[in-house]
Amino acid sequence: MSIPRIAIDGVTKYYGQTLVLDEVSLDVAPHEVVCLIGASGSGKSTLLRCINRLVDFDHGEIRLDGISVEDAQFGHTGLQKRIGIVFQSYNLFPHMSVLDNITLAPRKVHKIAREAAEARARELLGLFGMAEHALSYPEQLSGGQQQRVAIMRSLATRPEVLLLDEVTAALDPELIGEVLRIIRQLKDEGMTMVIVTHEMGFARDVADSVCFLEGGRILERGDPKTMFAAPQNERTEKFLQRIIEAGRL
Amino acid sequence: MSAMPAAPEGTPPDGAAARRPLPPRPRNEWRAAVRPAIISLVSIVIVFGGLALWITSSAQWPRVQLQFFNLDAMIAAFPRVLQGFWVSMRIWLTALLCIGLWALVLAVVRSLRSPWFTPFRLMVVVYIDIFRGIPVLLLVLLFGFGIPALNLPGLPNSGLFWGSVAMVLSYSAYVAEIYRSGIDAVHEGQWAAAKSLGLSEWQTMIYAVLPQALRNVLPALMNIVVALQKDVALLSVIGVRDAVREAQIYTAQTFNYSSLVVAAGLFLLATIPMARLADYVTRKDRERRLQRAG
Repeated sequence: MSIPRIAIDGVTKYYGQTLVLDEVSLDVAPHEVVCLIGASGSGKSTLLRCINRLVDFDHGEIRLDGISVEDAQFGHTGLQKRIGIVFQSYNLFPHMSVLDNITLAPRKVHKIAREAAEARARELLGLFGMAEHALSYPEQLSGGQQQRVAIMRSLATRPEVLLLDEVTAALDPELIGEVLRIIRQLKDEGMTMVIVTHEMGFARDVADSVCFLEGGRILERGDPKTMFAAPQNERTEKFLQRIIEAGRL
Repeated sequence: MSAMPAAPEGTPPDGAAARRPLPPRPRNEWRAAVRPAIISLVSIVIVFGGLALWITSSAQWPRVQLQFFNLDAMIAAFPRVLQGFWVSMRIWLTALLCIGLWALVLAVVRSLRSPWFTPFRLMVVVYIDIFRGIPVLLLVLLFGFGIPALNLPGLPNSGLFWGSVAMVLSYSAYVAEIYRSGIDAVHEGQWAAAKSLGLSEWQTMIYAVLPQALRNVLPALMNIVVALQKDVALLSVIGVRDAVREAQIYTAQTFNYSSLVVAAGLFLLATIPMARLADYVTRKDRERRLQRAG
């Protein structure tokens, strides 16, 4: 069996006295799309942020292609180059144009020449239908457009893994589709993704497998169609019941 | 021949809704607009004229006029006071530049989060506590008289230099706190985004945080600029020949205070436009924020 792209192995994380991740283990194969679902505070966002070390964990190990993310060979920037992350609130730099937002890390962190970085950025903008917005500033764009730029920014260094943290949660309903389309496009190109989402319909559609988290543990993992139709764990069932009542599935 | 279909009667051909006669305008519109202005003007003339009449008709007025508003004395003192004022403004600009940079260093050091910077953060905290807690005048005296008296080898010996240093040290403590509030106001998500892109803490500060922080605090900084413009007059106490000092010299020779009024006038000429500029910057900033929120 081949090594998983991401191997999470018994990861535990405390915030002060609060246990947020309780010996979580999860393997993500290359080109696999895994959705993390669960109520707020279940630890799914924290787990996501542990993968690219935005948050440090207390015990356990996370490996990228078999090498611990804490290994010195990644240095300060190696991991960030290979794992991109997109946030709920876009977090674009408001004082920079779209082009500068996308090229900042390639130029300043990875020392790529401006021409090459901008060529890559324009390629991405063209690919995702935003070529005419290269020189716009974030506040001139809709939420959906900003989130698309945020995705492109994370793709600028050609990462092998993309982490998506509730990327549609801050968007108006009519803008969610354009962001989900891009994610689907990335899946078709073979991107490995770990997605925290409340869009159950999307999870069912795009995920190869879904993990239900509660209290810092993965209670159930399965392929979405089976799990949504017949959850094995009664906690999963209750959660899905609430989601259905809220009209989100 | 017109290709346009025949419009129904009364409908203009441009497609606009049928025009009905305009409702009657309120009459005497100009009067309604002009009346308040005239009333204001009359009121101003009455109140200020009355005050002026009352003041100038008082028995002591000629003495006041002679001491403070003596035109001959003003003309006589003007060239030297102006020269001193030019010195004041040069000190102001130089100090401004030094304060802007030094305070930025202080604020950035205090805002860096890595544990390696702890001793430096501590130094900045102590620095700000000390220099914010001591009156500027005391610092000016201490530095302006005290340090030149030491005759330190290799260092400038002028009161002007050391007095300015005191101003810079003191003001930097305030300005550093203003910068820091601007840095703190930058959203946490900006740090997370920068870190996830691989930017070091230093790069995050330079490329992501500081540009936003400086924009946030521009209105507050403008007020400091105006305050400093007047406070450079404190250097006159250690003998720097600025506008105030020159005016005092004239006063000491003639026992006439009109020269000080000249200096006051020059300061107002400089500070009032700066204050208006500060108001303007503040207003623009608020508009920008409202736009972003909306």
